[in-house]
Amino acid sequence: MSAPEQTPGADYSPALEAPRSPYRRNRSTRTNWELYGWLFMRMSGLALIVLVFGHLFVNLMTGEGIHQVDWGFVAGKWASPFWQTWDLLMLWLAMLHGANGVRTVINDYAERDATRFWLKMALYLATVVVIVVGTLVIFTFDPCSSPAHQFSFCAPVDDVPTVTSPGS
Amino acid sequence: MATSLTPPPQGAKTRIKPPGTLYRGREGMWSWVMHRISGVLIFFFLFVHVLDTATVRISPEVYDGVIAQYKNPVMGLGESGLVGAVVFHALNGVRIILVDFWGKGTRHQRAMFWTVVGLWVAIMVPFLVRHLTIVFTH
Repeated sequence: MSAPEQTPGADYSPALEAPRSPYRRNRSTRTNWELYGWLFMRMSGLALIVLVFGHLFVNLMTGEGIHQVDWGFVAGKWASPFWQTWDLLMLWLAMLHGANGVRTVINDYAERDATRFWLKMALYLATVVVIVVGTLVIFTFDPCSSPAHQFSFCAPVDDVPTVTSPGS
Repeated sequence: MATSLTPPPQGAKTRIKPPGTLYRGREGMWSWVMHRISGVLIFFFLFVHVLDTATVRISPEVYDGVIAQYKNPVMGLGESGLVGAVVFHALNGVRIILVDFWGKGTRHQRAMFWTVVGLWVAIMVPFLVRHLTIVFTH
């Protein structure tokens, strides 16, 4: 995931070049990874302004605000592919944007190689776990799973057409 | 700590405070500090928020119990702080983008910082009126 970074125990002494070998500005170990990261922060930031402000407005400003939020409210939203897509995009972009931001903070303040390495490993692990859990929840959530919350789009069990009685 | 690039004062009595720099202690530095603190704060909340939302998958009772925690007045004030951090981070993020991509961005970065502060107030006042009314009068 990350650009070549200092890992503890690795050997960083530059290889001794043959005499008069041409200077290569772009070594094979150098990529544009950090440039893409920089660009991602700006592009995802713009998208997140729309996604997060929309999320905050619909959940906190409309209706009864924070008091409207309960299981039925979430089920009503996630019954629609629109909000599923919205929340999925927001989850991925916000987690990656935030993880990259905290990576920068760790790189700035953790001076020991081993500390920096393990803090970032913990960050990456936590980020992957949260993204996977969040994605699974959005895709496996069933708004019709609760008998106490029956929506109009949840067909009653009796009305499910059967194929065993074609004549009736 | 760090060595100062500014020359030592000529006469100790005529200049008590160091003159500072274009960046240090000014809008550029403080917007950077606030961007960092607000970003880390939002990221830690995001962790908690994805996990509390994940309890919808357990049962309506568990989710409603967890989300009820967000509805007490103390958490209502916490949410106000969180939204304040989000709004600042978003507006200052636009300022950063303009500094990076707009030809005159660096020249107007200070004015843009105060525009961010003004817009932040303009957004937060109606938000707080609405949100705190909901939190405290329900």
